Amino acid sequence: MCGIVGLLVKNPKMRANIGELMLPMLIGMTERGPDSAGLAVFGAPVADNERKFSLYTGEPDFNWPKLSHDFLTHLGSKVINFAQKANHAVLTTHLEPETVKTWLKEHYPQVHLLAIGQLMDIYKDVGTPAEVAARYDFSQLSGSHLVGHTRMATESAITPAHAHPFTAGQDWCLVHNGSLSNAPSLRRKLQYEGINFETDNDTEAACRFLEWRMREGDDLKTALEHGFEELDGFYTLLMGTKDQLALVRDPFACKPAVVAEHDDYVAIASEFRSLAHLPDIKNAKVFEPSPKEMYVWKV
Amino acid sequence: MESLNYDLAKTPLREVNQFLHGDASGLNGKHIEINNPNGAHNIAVGLKSEAKVTIHGHAGYYAAGMNQIADVTIEGSVGSGVAENMMSGRVHVKGFASNAAGATANGGLLVIDGDAGLRCGISLKGADIVVGGSVGSFSAFMAQAGNMVILGDAGEGLGDSIYEAYLFVRGKVKSLGADCEVKTMGPTERKILVDLLEKSGHADVDPDSFTLYGSARTLYHFNVAKSGAY
Repeated sequence: MCGIVGLLVKNPKMRANIGELMLPMLIGMTERGPDSAGLAVFGAPVADNERKFSLYTGEPDFNWPKLSHDFLTHLGSKVINFAQKANHAVLTTHLEPETVKTWLKEHYPQVHLLAIGQLMDIYKDVGTPAEVAARYDFSQLSGSHLVGHTRMATESAITPAHAHPFTAGQDWCLVHNGSLSNAPSLRRKLQYEGINFETDNDTEAACRFLEWRMREGDDLKTALEHGFEELDGFYTLLMGTKDQLALVRDPFACKPAVVAEHDDYVAIASEFRSLAHLPDIKNAKVFEPSPKEMYVWKV
Repeated sequence: MESLNYDLAKTPLREVNQFLHGDASGLNGKHIEINNPNGAHNIAVGLKSEAKVTIHGHAGYYAAGMNQIADVTIEGSVGSGVAENMMSGRVHVKGFASNAAGATANGGLLVIDGDAGLRCGISLKGADIVVGGSVGSFSAFMAQAGNMVILGDAGEGLGDSIYEAYLFVRGKVKSLGADCEVKTMGPTERKILVDLLEKSGHADVDPDSFTLYGSARTLYHFNVAKSGAY
């Protein structure tokens, strides 16, 4: 079991409060996923030639200022912004992703690169949703849309790296409720394509598969159609891109999802109890998405 | 009718359910209203008195599960397993129902005004289910007894491995499951349909617009000639 939440705020006035609106949604999914939680939020983009790198380390006493200083010294590049919260930091720079990746691997192998993008910040950690939300000030977040996840691990270890969302490429992330039975064969197939994995988590296989399809030229819809053919197991998948949220459920609808469409927002959750406290929910169109259909909401 | 109000925003659900499980003589004929359900699971499960319960809003999983005698109305929608294993009484959902509505229900009447999800009436054991909208795939899977009336469409694999339940469908059936076939609607079956339409607030719907599906009974016995296929 796991819980998923998604929120896309249509009313620009409410975007400054997306974190506050989302918080009861994530906490409402505590029973479905009490061991870890994560969130990807899409906010204001950085400049065209800049990228944000979301970093994480499991070491509680990690010396973040030293990393920031070493980065400057070694790469001679101006770090445009360095924002750190607990075990996470978001580093903004105009260096190429490959340069940053190589540098991190060489000098700070204990630091995981969670995500790269121009809009997306990602946070994930172990603990109850309320604890993780407090640790990273989720209530203060602003942005146009987000995806969140609460995890009850069933197939791989409880670590921050195994928590969702998973990312691949840039400004793209995915959360998953369910389990994939063919994740190992999918991984082997992708490894032949030269794709590397960071964890043994089944969702990472789905995430890298879909991102690989899109890099090969599929649009999101075609990539998901390939997903229906290739992914074997139970899943409700919620994906975030720079300007949309997308939702699919497996053909047997083994895992739940409820959607509320309102003039001001679109909210998605595993269960209605995570939507019950949204403003004016009584006037939202609440429905259960059909299996094997793709739902997309644009910002 | 004496009316009692509970607000789930203030009173824990366990307290409300414990009250509803109290001595039947104190509950018979009472109307219990439950406000702010906010999608909570297990609301009004296991009732066994002649109480009338109204849930004002959306309920979560297993709403009115294992119901006996009581009359439960949910003004909103419900999650999975509404009225699952109901024995008697009546459960009315005014919105939509998620998967496995009325699963394994032995008796009583489940009325869903909106759509029902997948596996509606799975392993039905004698209850009646009336769905105002459509039902998802694999509905009435291994249904043994009872009746399902579907005013809309049915998804894939309707009535797979069905025993002696009747399925009345007004709309399209995407596909029939193994051993489920179209049956001729005789006067006995027609009467069952007319009664159920009346009881569920659809008296104006023409019974002749329905098709009856039931068991072809080819899976009832082991067939030695096909042993290689097992």
